Amino acid sequence: MMSTSNAASVKSAKKIKKPMSKARKKAWIKFSVAMFFAILFVCFSIFAGLFSPYDPLETHYDHMLEAPSRRFICGTDQLGRDIFSRLLHGGKTSLLIAFLVTGIVAFVGIFIGTAAGFIGGVFDVLFMRLCDILMAFPGSIFTIALVSFIGTGIPNLILAMCLTSWTGFARISRSLVLSVKNNVYIEQARMGGASDWKILMVYIIPNVLPSLLVNIFQSIGGKLLTISGLSLLGLGSPQPTPEWGFMLSEGKNFMYQAPWMLTFPGLIILINVVIFNLLSDSIQELMNPKESVW
Amino acid sequence: MRKQIRERMISLVIILIGLSILTYGLLFLLPSDPVDVLIDSLGLPHEPETIARFNKQYGFDKPFWVQYWNWLKNVFHGDFGYSVKYAMPVNEALWRKLPNTIKLACSSFITMIIISFPLGILSAVYKNKVADYIIRFLSFIGVSIPSFWFGMMMIYLFGVELKWLPVAGFTSWKGLIMPTLTLGITNSASYIRRIRAVMIEQMSEEYISGLKSRGISKRRIIFRHVLPNSLLAVITMLGMSFGGMLGGTMIVETIFGWNGIGSAAMGAITARDYYLVQGYVLWMGFIYVIVNLVVDISYQFIDPRIRRGMQQK
Repeated sequence: MMSTSNAASVKSAKKIKKPMSKARKKAWIKFSVAMFFAILFVCFSIFAGLFSPYDPLETHYDHMLEAPSRRFICGTDQLGRDIFSRLLHGGKTSLLIAFLVTGIVAFVGIFIGTAAGFIGGVFDVLFMRLCDILMAFPGSIFTIALVSFIGTGIPNLILAMCLTSWTGFARISRSLVLSVKNNVYIEQARMGGASDWKILMVYIIPNVLPSLLVNIFQSIGGKLLTISGLSLLGLGSPQPTPEWGFMLSEGKNFMYQAPWMLTFPGLIILINVVIFNLLSDSIQELMNPKESVW
Repeated sequence: MRKQIRERMISLVIILIGLSILTYGLLFLLPSDPVDVLIDSLGLPHEPETIARFNKQYGFDKPFWVQYWNWLKNVFHGDFGYSVKYAMPVNEALWRKLPNTIKLACSSFITMIIISFPLGILSAVYKNKVADYIIRFLSFIGVSIPSFWFGMMMIYLFGVELKWLPVAGFTSWKGLIMPTLTLGITNSASYIRRIRAVMIEQMSEEYISGLKSRGISKRRIIFRHVLPNSLLAVITMLGMSFGGMLGGTMIVETIFGWNGIGSAAMGAITARDYYLVQGYVLWMGFIYVIVNLVVDISYQFIDPRIRRGMQQK
């Protein structure tokens, strides 16, 4: 907006737009590539049964701790299970939890945050206090403690992660609401007789949602890291289920004999987090090219 | 200014109270009765008399707020309960290991600053040059890499393959190197990005073009004008980064077998030693809150606008 008024000397508006569109083009390419890989990995995980050469739980006792070969692309683990198949199936657990938690957290957080920003008053103060308290626990320590108290396992893991991480979305959407709340069109909607609820649902939330997309994709990457960290500590999925973080913790014990048990699961986590961070970055660039410094 | 400090203190008290309520409330989330858990962990038989005795001793039969109040009073006296795993009071067990964790957190924090400041400044100054692209690429990977995997790969590379450093355990200063690098490097990535963003924002301010037009050298502009102004925004993030570091110590300590409170808490979780976990969570929250308070206060002293405002009063 600023650049158009500053560039009064430039004759046609097209000339100003041109460098913008180049940056946009780059961002679009980045976005589509990341999106392609994201969809690819999600498909691989959903249809893991079709792509994986072996059953993830099938043990080959004559091929224990075998190095990557043509038969076992990523090698085998201590029970002779094919790591490649386990990685594919593990994606189902890891990605599903990440999506689920992000979905729930985003929904609840955005709703509470926008409501707090919109209603204001005592509700807002209480909300902010609660956020402050929940955010006073460093990192995922409170999540870990919650899981350890309510019991391990995937449903509890999801519950604990949701309970502790909705505040991020709530805070961001609250501040976004505060920034659009006093716009003239809200005033006009109110004068037109729209109820608070309608203003919130029709004018404010749709306005805030696109900027939150950046956070949503970023959160998927972050959740992937948390999940694998928690299951690495043994707080996640029960034993035989393949899960990336748990595979890492197994790999650590066989570091000397089978380093591939360590490299591949970590690499796959890294790649997935990179993809979702790229998505988040490129959306940021697409939405406000001026602000994006990355 | 006074009013600000008073408000800050009020919110501090509220946060600490909330922190303690949540931490204490954890006990009530246990799927089984806390009495049974305690009896189990002590390995005693489940007899009505024992249950009654423990109920009386620990007040498990009283309502939540009474129990909470009693617990809080004990906490103020440094009594967090008895750790079954370490066979000593929780506070003693944690105090013994706390120095190790603080050592790790501080050395990682310093490493993070040493890494992130030069790189962040470099990539802002050489924006869209080769150096910037390399730093951006590396920090992007750094943001996405799982810290525990990074640590494990370091163990594999330097401990198993090259045999330069001890694989695990806390024997000498050498044992500190890998956990420190793991935490320091992975946490510096997001910090580099922030420093770069803040500095680029500063460099696009109008006073910079004013300085340029007056013919002041680029180096002088960056070190005398851009950097001090960016520093303010960067310092507020320091507190949060320290929190991330504290949170990260748990998993890194567990991986490296570092004898700190994080790995102690992890051991307590597997041993169902709930009082120790509780004490750990409360301690970590407390440290984080205090660090943030210190950062906030120091921020107000560093910012000349606020500092002078205070002197006038």
